[in-house]
Amino acid sequence: MARVLEAFGPTYDPAAKSAHVSDAFYEQLLVDSEAWRADGTGEPAPADVKAECEAFLVREARLLDDLRLTEWLGLFAGDCMYWIPHDPDGGDPRKDICLAFDDRRRLEDRIVWLLTGKAYSQVPRSRTTRMLSNFEVWQTSDPDQFRVRSSFVVHEVRVHEQRAIPGWYGYRLRRTGDGWNIVIKQVNLLEADRGLENMTVVL
Amino acid sequence: MSLAETRSDTGAWDGLVQEDRVHRSLYTDPAIFDMEMTKIFGATWVYLGHETEIPEPNDFRTGHLGLRPIILTRDGDGQVHALLNRCRHRAARVCREACGSAERFTCGYHGWVYANDGRLLAAPFPKAFGPDFNTGDFALARIPRVSSYRGFLFGTLNPAAADLRDHLGPAAEFLDQWIDRSPQGRIVVGRSPHRMIYRGNWKLAYDNAGDGYHPGFSHESLIIMASHRAPTDDNTDMLAVYAAGDPDSHGDRNYDLGNGHTLLDQRPGIFPSKWLVNRPQPGREYFEAKIRGTAGDGLADRMLEEAVGSGMNLNIFPNLLVIGNQIQVVEPLDVRRTQLTWYPTTIQGVPSDINTLRLRTQEDFPSFGEVDDNANFEECQQGLEIPEIEWIYINRHLRTGVEETDERGVVSGPLTDDLHLRAYYRQWKRLMSDEPELVVG
Repeated sequence: MARVLEAFGPTYDPAAKSAHVSDAFYEQLLVDSEAWRADGTGEPAPADVKAECEAFLVREARLLDDLRLTEWLGLFAGDCMYWIPHDPDGGDPRKDICLAFDDRRRLEDRIVWLLTGKAYSQVPRSRTTRMLSNFEVWQTSDPDQFRVRSSFVVHEVRVHEQRAIPGWYGYRLRRTGDGWNIVIKQVNLLEADRGLENMTVVL
Repeated sequence: MSLAETRSDTGAWDGLVQEDRVHRSLYTDPAIFDMEMTKIFGATWVYLGHETEIPEPNDFRTGHLGLRPIILTRDGDGQVHALLNRCRHRAARVCREACGSAERFTCGYHGWVYANDGRLLAAPFPKAFGPDFNTGDFALARIPRVSSYRGFLFGTLNPAAADLRDHLGPAAEFLDQWIDRSPQGRIVVGRSPHRMIYRGNWKLAYDNAGDGYHPGFSHESLIIMASHRAPTDDNTDMLAVYAAGDPDSHGDRNYDLGNGHTLLDQRPGIFPSKWLVNRPQPGREYFEAKIRGTAGDGLADRMLEEAVGSGMNLNIFPNLLVIGNQIQVVEPLDVRRTQLTWYPTTIQGVPSDINTLRLRTQEDFPSFGEVDDNANFEECQQGLEIPEIEWIYINRHLRTGVEETDERGVVSGPLTDDLHLRAYYRQWKRLMSDEPELVVG
């Protein structure tokens, strides 16, 4: 456990991991949430960028299916957001409860919580395999940031049974000198506002 | 005569609900579950919803009284109604939406149209029902007794039930304390709750609601998570009480408030303030600075306290759990399946940033705590399926002599006392032994 925790660094520096959640950040989330839902309003990204984004997100899915959670965390920017709206239309997180609204600090908490081995909702750990498809990639006003929408089905084997968790993702990805980062990941569950059983796998 | 019928004789439950133990069949027997759906979820006051979920004329939201589908409506004049969501003709639900605004509900089967106060407005081609057919005889049935305590709506089908205020007893004072944390004494219950389902009997959730023994173990993952974030701060939420010796030594207490209502009061173990020890919310730093800059430190300190939990777990039997700053409603689905619905709450009279932080606080425990509780409930249900091992134990602090009784007769004990279970099972036994005449209006 101690070795796992070292991967997160000695402290939770809020300046780097949470302070970005400001009024402007919330407003940007709403802009992105609307843009992922709109059709034909963005300029499609060049084919080579689209291919890079797809490869990056397939890589992300592989890390989650392999439970390489600290490596997965490494894909996220410091000013990131892992967001699972409760509202199928996205809603406004300033006014609506979310199934997850993780800045970098809370996302690290989520991973630490899972890695303790004492999160009994994940004992034994679920096995997953996820299918990604229907990629759309758009440019944004920032030449190094792109919006992505894709569909997913996460197949999960938990204690009692197998089930499928369907939905779609909205991403804001950032191109850096070191490769790609996830700035925002919005997970839209088809069942978001319904009764959910043990929704504890990372989506 | 079935087993369940035998048990309904007065005193017949004594064998299954004893002072220090409860029989497994209360969690596994479908006949007992069916009786609970009338004798408990019908004959006592059951929480239905909050007035702020239907704030405007013609607002509605659907729900359940036990297994009975209901619609809470506010008619055009502002009057609240609790209607049974069942067409009087052939029984189809007349409203299929979770919430919304509607003056009328039209049954999808044969087109009967009801006003939102329950009156039948029209049945298509009525001549064929004969000359005596009268729409006045076929209004939607209603929960005949609906009563509000400061916006919390309760209903019962039992004409003999005591008045709501008497039924709540001292629990009302603690509900007052919870509501009056907000500056205007008004909370608003959100219309889009987080619904979680577990595979276990509904009482497993109620058992746990006043269980101060489990957090150090069931939520060890949370405690490790918090201690990793704040390795030098031994005062972070739960660490102070659950990671430092006997949890009974910190002043937190369990209260029997009568009629099955209980309180787990964690306020004594919180210092110097709840805001300072709360696990951090996303955006905490930016919004705290903004609020302090606008309001000044004194007012900001008071308002930030309202963005975090109350330190109270107030349990109003059988289905309303006031936890932190949320409302959790226990909804039985069948003997082995339960939905826990978490309603967010906001408060009036504070900047919207306080309510946003409050929502971020409310997302913490369902994500990292409740899911582990639910997993443990499912494990309990698995173990309860073993017929040869009959008992679960509710005997912590039963014989230690440390419980105290105050001048009002309210009994309290240390944090890990099973007082909560013993208290609510007394009420359960009383209700299950009664033979009330239930009516719908």
